[in-house]
Amino acid sequence: MADDQSATSGRGLSRRRLLLGGAAAGVGAVAAIGADYASRQSPAPVVASADVLTGADTLPFYGVHQAGIATAPQAHATFVSLDLHEATDRAALERMMRVLTDDAARLSQGEPALADSEPELGLVPARLAVTFGFGPGFVARTSVPAPGWLGPLPAFTIDALEPAFNDGDLIIQIAADDPLTVAHTTRMLLKDTRSFATVRWTQSGFRRARGSEQEGTTTRNLFGQVDGTANPVPGTDDFDALVWSVGGWMAGGTGMVLRRIRMNLDKWDRLDRSGREQSVGRYLSTGAPLTGTAEHDTPDFTATTAIGLPVIAPFSHLARARSADSSQRIFRRGYNYDDTPTGAEISNSGLLFAAFQADVTAQFVPIQRRLDQLDLLNEWTTPIGSAVFAVPPGCAKGGYIGETLLAG
Amino acid sequence: MRTHTTSLLTLAIAAAIALTGCATSAPQAELQTAGDVVTIDNAWVKAADSGMTAAFGDLVNSGTQDVTVVSVTSPASTDLQLHETVKNDAGEMMMQQKDGGFVIPASGSLLLEPGASHIMMMNLVNPIKAGDSVTFTLTFSDGSTMEFTAPAKDYSGANENYKGDMNSDMNMNPETDMNN
Repeated sequence: MADDQSATSGRGLSRRRLLLGGAAAGVGAVAAIGADYASRQSPAPVVASADVLTGADTLPFYGVHQAGIATAPQAHATFVSLDLHEATDRAALERMMRVLTDDAARLSQGEPALADSEPELGLVPARLAVTFGFGPGFVARTSVPAPGWLGPLPAFTIDALEPAFNDGDLIIQIAADDPLTVAHTTRMLLKDTRSFATVRWTQSGFRRARGSEQEGTTTRNLFGQVDGTANPVPGTDDFDALVWSVGGWMAGGTGMVLRRIRMNLDKWDRLDRSGREQSVGRYLSTGAPLTGTAEHDTPDFTATTAIGLPVIAPFSHLARARSADSSQRIFRRGYNYDDTPTGAEISNSGLLFAAFQADVTAQFVPIQRRLDQLDLLNEWTTPIGSAVFAVPPGCAKGGYIGETLLAG
Repeated sequence: MRTHTTSLLTLAIAAAIALTGCATSAPQAELQTAGDVVTIDNAWVKAADSGMTAAFGDLVNSGTQDVTVVSVTSPASTDLQLHETVKNDAGEMMMQQKDGGFVIPASGSLLLEPGASHIMMMNLVNPIKAGDSVTFTLTFSDGSTMEFTAPAKDYSGANENYKGDMNSDMNMNPETDMNN
């Protein structure tokens, strides 16, 4: 009931923002110009400020699927991978997941966690979604078989994997539009895991701040590329078939791949704009394929230039990533990272490439194989971290994430 | 905005229920025991391997009379007490048994939290691990009871000092007190 209200409220707000987005930007500009004048006249109108506050927006926690997958990507995300203690057996996993589920549910609805030591920080959910995924070591502690694809990806020649960003027994994806909310949620959930597991790695990333762009705008990566145009659309049959697992304890769940892809911005700087566009096969301005004019135009791989060369080069990222087999697709929900550079570099940047698909082996691996064999973009990108998790289905109130596995 | 709307709605529903109650069931109200009108929100227990620990939560009294919790039992502990925190002569916050039990005001609540009133559990029967569910039974001054379960959580706080000779082995952090 409360969840329904939240969802309705969120949708209503989104629709209003969609309709008024342009107007609101105008209001913002006027407000900025007039701020000094207004502040000397009267208090700022309450209605105007309430309209732009989005910290109270919530996403439903309980449901057939876990939150944080088919939901519009929030501005900030932290991925935490944990190693289970040796003594953490099946019964302990159930206790841990019950506590984690309860606190994730509370925080996502703007309530403090149970025994929250900083309860005031729990009051701004900002579309918080917490998503749990299980690594091979988690599932192995039960008597239930793991999906065949759960485990490290096959080795790719382009990989330069650093153990600091690989694998893990449990992943928690914590995403919200407010980084303080993400930090507090991360801390509260890791307090819950203390007696069961230790942190293996954390990776944090960001997209555009909420309200900076129209909702639904395809994000850009730090190369400046429009990134994710071909993503399946949540809410469609196409998305459901590609993303959600069927059958067994994973029914309603999905497979998660998190690759840390270093983007060599210093090397990218040496490439001119047309070279950058050729490497991907899309225009930087709009993300349109080089054979089209709008972002979502269908690329024409047969189109040739005056001298007979393909307009979209066969070695471009666009050409290589695409399969004739439409089941070989994935859903991307990535975040940029921009960490402290080392040595003479001025950037340590890249992409937390989070991909969801029902079957990692059948969907993710063939795409990655093609890119591994040939993709001009490989000149500037290097996968340095890789992890695969089985994301179990969601649960109903009173249940807990992982019950389909742990109750068996 | 949303929160505001919800609370108005809640108030409206509460008012509607109150009106209905006045019209049809006023005589029955006097028959309600404390156990009928007291609930607990956000109950939890601090996980502990052995010795002592404590339980917390927000006791809510929806009735029209003050009620008093006089004792508490749990299969998890052989000796439970109702504790309050008071300042000693040196100005330190110390915990001691609450004389007369916990009073939950009519249409009000009593918050049990670290550093304040709480349910003290001594002589734990088994380790209480994070995620365990612990059952409690409160007994009120009218003889009625109320049962609830509380999940256990790992918690670093709640290391209070105890007044008198309680042989506190709950105080895992003897140098820590409330004023830190």
